[in-house]
Amino acid sequence: MSQSAGHGASVHIDNCGKTFADGTRALEAASLDIARGETMVLLGPSGCGKTTMLRIIAGLEVPDPGGRVLFDDEDMTAVPIERRNVGMVFQSYALFPNMSVADNIGYGLKIRGLPTAERAKRIAELVELTNISGLENRRIDQLSGGQRQRVALARAVAIRPKILLLDEPLTALDAALRERLRGELNRLLRALGITTIYVTHDQAEAMELGDRIVVMSKGRIAQIGAPRDIYFAPRSRFVAEFIGAANIVDAPIANGHMVLPGGRQPIDGIADGSAVIAMIRPETIRVVDAASANLAGVVDQVSFVGDRQRLTVGGVSDKPIMVDAPNTLSVRIGERIGLSIAPNTVRLLPADN
Amino acid sequence: MRDRLIFAAQLAFTLVVAAFLVVPAGLSMAAGVTVSYFRGIQSGLTLQWVAQVWELYAGTILLSFVIAFATLAVTLAAGVPAAYALHVRGGRVSRVIEEIITLPLAIPGLAIALALLLTYGGFSDFRRSWLFILIGHVIFTMPFMVRSVMAVFATIDIRTLDEGAASLGASPPRRFRDVIVPNAMPGILAGSLMVVTLSLGEFNLTWMLHTPLTKTLPIGLADSYASMRLEVASAYTLIFFVMIVPLLVAMQMLADGKGAR
Repeated sequence: MSQSAGHGASVHIDNCGKTFADGTRALEAASLDIARGETMVLLGPSGCGKTTMLRIIAGLEVPDPGGRVLFDDEDMTAVPIERRNVGMVFQSYALFPNMSVADNIGYGLKIRGLPTAERAKRIAELVELTNISGLENRRIDQLSGGQRQRVALARAVAIRPKILLLDEPLTALDAALRERLRGELNRLLRALGITTIYVTHDQAEAMELGDRIVVMSKGRIAQIGAPRDIYFAPRSRFVAEFIGAANIVDAPIANGHMVLPGGRQPIDGIADGSAVIAMIRPETIRVVDAASANLAGVVDQVSFVGDRQRLTVGGVSDKPIMVDAPNTLSVRIGERIGLSIAPNTVRLLPADN
Repeated sequence: MRDRLIFAAQLAFTLVVAAFLVVPAGLSMAAGVTVSYFRGIQSGLTLQWVAQVWELYAGTILLSFVIAFATLAVTLAAGVPAAYALHVRGGRVSRVIEEIITLPLAIPGLAIALALLLTYGGFSDFRRSWLFILIGHVIFTMPFMVRSVMAVFATIDIRTLDEGAASLGASPPRRFRDVIVPNAMPGILAGSLMVVTLSLGEFNLTWMLHTPLTKTLPIGLADSYASMRLEVASAYTLIFFVMIVPLLVAMQMLADGKGAR
């Protein structure tokens, strides 16, 4: 974990909500603590308030009265962004078209009055760090999307910010590049060890980069936790469905079993007589012989995706069940198969939501 | 073959239209250097009319340039920040302000001049100075500056650039200087070109606002046409042309050079 080696500032968000001038409630009052050196990912669909939260931390939005933003216990609520010493990477990168790559990277240093020689040295360091050697004198419109992303990152960290804020920094790139840069970004963030707040709607990005993830929905925090917690122990149906693939099963309970159209599935720790909503991840379901299985159904669809194949199995629950089977398993559409699910991988969710 | 015919026809048409516009201007300027307009070019060529215009109206030409560049200075100093504020602030109030700034385009210059006279005519020192004409020109040209700068802002997401500069520690004035103005340059240059041209040629407003001691070039032209020989007015046109064309070409080249970057 990077906290041990971390520097930068801790961030404390206290009761921050945001209502826009037109009355739109973008963010319900929320509190959040981010430790020094931690990478916190704000994850959610568009319009969930994650960017508003980031902009409040940055100082680009003022929270509704009663909200406070503290960096290392110092109240920053009334401090404008230019005096918060944060580095920010925008979704559109916001690189200055009137300056070269080197001037973009050095702009924050110039503002801070760093002498030319030192500035050049620092720019060279960052060019090296972000792998953009040879592009120093290019104009911004001569760069590819990936190069722009690196310049934006170099510019943001050049000023040695206490907190690094990234607003969907990879969204504008194509899928293959996004995946490669995600790995690079991860290594870079670990190496820098500064407090990082990262906004994305991409759960794979959130999983790979985050020490912790804040899942947001409709202006509220739905859950905060480490990637594994969020994935294996979602606290609501929204989180379960938003992170990864999930089968949501709604069934009555009898004798410690969920009673389903396709059979009876044993589950742990639930009283009889109540109904539950349960989440079952596709990769936790094993395909077994139909005759000896607790649950059985008919294969409706087989999608081969290379490393595995996703089966859609009907007749097990009221809705089709997704099953991730090994890519070597031979199944045909219409075949009757049995499903085996370990009771401890069935996650019970609250009935509301 | 057919393509070439069409091309030839189009070319001929274009040349005829161009000639329709250029020939009168050419004739007028030629008249300015002819001894007698009624006897035509065979009466001989002379620069006496040009000299006479210069003698009588040099002051108006100078004043025109002073007013044009003062108008430019005011529209730059007020119009560029205004365009920025209107763009960033957005919303209904900004729309209304933008419409108000644009209004002088729809109101006859005479009406604006009349309003200015009614309001400020009593301040006689102000009324008699060239600053009174400057005010009229600023009102008339401001929408061209504000609009062309706002058009550029609309294409480059200036708000995010501003936020980017702010995140790096730049204060608002610094951001305006380092990021906003350089990136709005194509719009600023286009607007400047319009403002100078319009101010130099403005007649409606100026005719109402001028005094015998504050005549601009177009007013002098009207005056010479009304009270002098036709050759003098024509020589005046020639001087106007010779002064304004190089200026416009220079500004256009500057704008193209910056815009292409």
